[in-house]
Amino acid sequence: MKTPPHAEKLITPAMLVLGLVLATVPLWISRVGLYPYLGVEILIWSIYALAFNLLLGTAGLPSFGHGAYFGIGAYAFGLTQFNVAPSLWLCLAAALLAGGIAGALVALFISHRRGIYYAFMTIAFGQIFWFVAIKSHGITGGEDGLLKIRRLPVDLGLVSIDLSSNTALYYFVLLAFMLAAVGLWRLTHSPFGRVLSAIRQSETRAAHLGYPVRLYKFAVFTISAALSGFAGGLFAMAQNSAFPDVMSLHYSGYIVMMVLVGGGMVSFWGPVVGVVVFLVARDVIGAYTTSWMLWFGLLFIAVVLFKPEGIAGAVQGWWRQLDPRRLREGARLSQVLRG
Amino acid sequence: MAVLEACDIHVRFGDRVVLEEISFAVEPGEMHGIMGPNGAGKTTFFNVLTGRVKPSRGEVRIEGEDVTGLPSHRIAARGIARSFQIMTLFDEFTALENVEVALPEFRARGFDGRRAAVGDRGFESAARAVLAEVGLAEKAGIVAKDLPYGDRRALEIAVALAQRPRVLCLDEPTSGLGSDGRARLAILIARLKGRLSIVTIEHDMEFLFGLADRISVVHWGQVIARGTPAELRQNAWVQRSNLGRLQ
Repeated sequence: MKTPPHAEKLITPAMLVLGLVLATVPLWISRVGLYPYLGVEILIWSIYALAFNLLLGTAGLPSFGHGAYFGIGAYAFGLTQFNVAPSLWLCLAAALLAGGIAGALVALFISHRRGIYYAFMTIAFGQIFWFVAIKSHGITGGEDGLLKIRRLPVDLGLVSIDLSSNTALYYFVLLAFMLAAVGLWRLTHSPFGRVLSAIRQSETRAAHLGYPVRLYKFAVFTISAALSGFAGGLFAMAQNSAFPDVMSLHYSGYIVMMVLVGGGMVSFWGPVVGVVVFLVARDVIGAYTTSWMLWFGLLFIAVVLFKPEGIAGAVQGWWRQLDPRRLREGARLSQVLRG
Repeated sequence: MAVLEACDIHVRFGDRVVLEEISFAVEPGEMHGIMGPNGAGKTTFFNVLTGRVKPSRGEVRIEGEDVTGLPSHRIAARGIARSFQIMTLFDEFTALENVEVALPEFRARGFDGRRAAVGDRGFESAARAVLAEVGLAEKAGIVAKDLPYGDRRALEIAVALAQRPRVLCLDEPTSGLGSDGRARLAILIARLKGRLSIVTIEHDMEFLFGLADRISVVHWGQVIARGTPAELRQNAWVQRSNLGRLQ
């Protein structure tokens, strides 16, 4: 990823526009033939996809078992609610923490690996977590899942906001998404993010510049897993349950597909584009045929073959071709921005 | 005391002996050249000095302190910078970003995720000063992969210089450069010499003999000759090799 315009800002114009557009979604989503819960799903998966892309797009680390941390967050949310206290803040913190701890544990074992070995290790650990989730029936409910997870109210001391309606939940999740996006944008363009990007481009060079590469790989994996766990916690709340399927290899594959189709390798927002396309395609194509995955799979192949930089990359390319004057202005603008 | 010292270094890969009893010391401000035929073990020796390869025997010392077997990032943090024979720039970064990330003060804040790296005046002015030194002041905003070859070579040195090293290890810095590029590089190295110690692997003997204070000739993993350029001109091996043809 090249440094985009406004990288130095905490909140960018694009973020504001996106936030405003997303805030209007409950007003029109039913009119276009979709339904409010889809909006909730898109936002939760978007948090997950941005967290995943911190690892893949920024640090260049392929994790093909990332569903594990999403799932662990979902279980942590439910189990905390049942066994500790039904507090939204506590349950979400537990989801974040559980994802982070599981991620840190795995990162300890894989951070010295590179490339294909790294990828294989993430799959192996992902499968272990998935298997444990299925087999420990007493804790996770096995394949029956953890049911009756409640949508806890947002307790702000004086007022308490009920989230049982999909619209209320949508706005809560939108807030979480915006916070996660702002945080990740800053992280990606901080010194830490720059070092991660350097590691992606050349681990050897980064090490010879004095950076303890393993420690950075450990840190970024843990952060990504923690935030994935957080998204998993929201997901458990949204669907009132937690199942092991999100931890399976093919669900872990979905997040990779979403991020790559969307253009996570070239754009910060690419993963969000990918999530929207994936989930809308699931519902729209899924309404006509049960084999919607066949069509999405073909789209995935087409993207990888013809536009490996994904939808966001293609849009960036067209945008540049659109108007040569704009190109020159853009170059001048970016020069100004870089000082 | 020598800034960087290697004592009795042996390296084996399996049953192949790559380096045998190499000893070597770089004095402050000295430029020390390493020459020898392909496969002599020059790059492996560099890898030992910079922590990429752990020697099977022997010791590496930085200002008297034993650093043998330390990982490369620790050795780099102690002031040993290197460039690579095959260029390894951060291709997607601009020249400025490449240099910024090499600054020790950037490294000190490497785990800082709360502020933006872009637009940090401190990093930027330090990095621009280094770029100016290698003649890339005008090209700070260009993405590394779009720079012409000579500029990429210069950037490679800028990245090493940005680390403010005590010893600069250059692995064939002239490789692929035309005569203009070589001349530019020779001027730069002559200017740096004295401020810091430089170790250079080099095939271009004219270049090396013009700049180095001392030269070690490595052959079959051993140092077969060492001395000032004037002394080495008398050496039989050197005379038999390329230098004879150059003169």
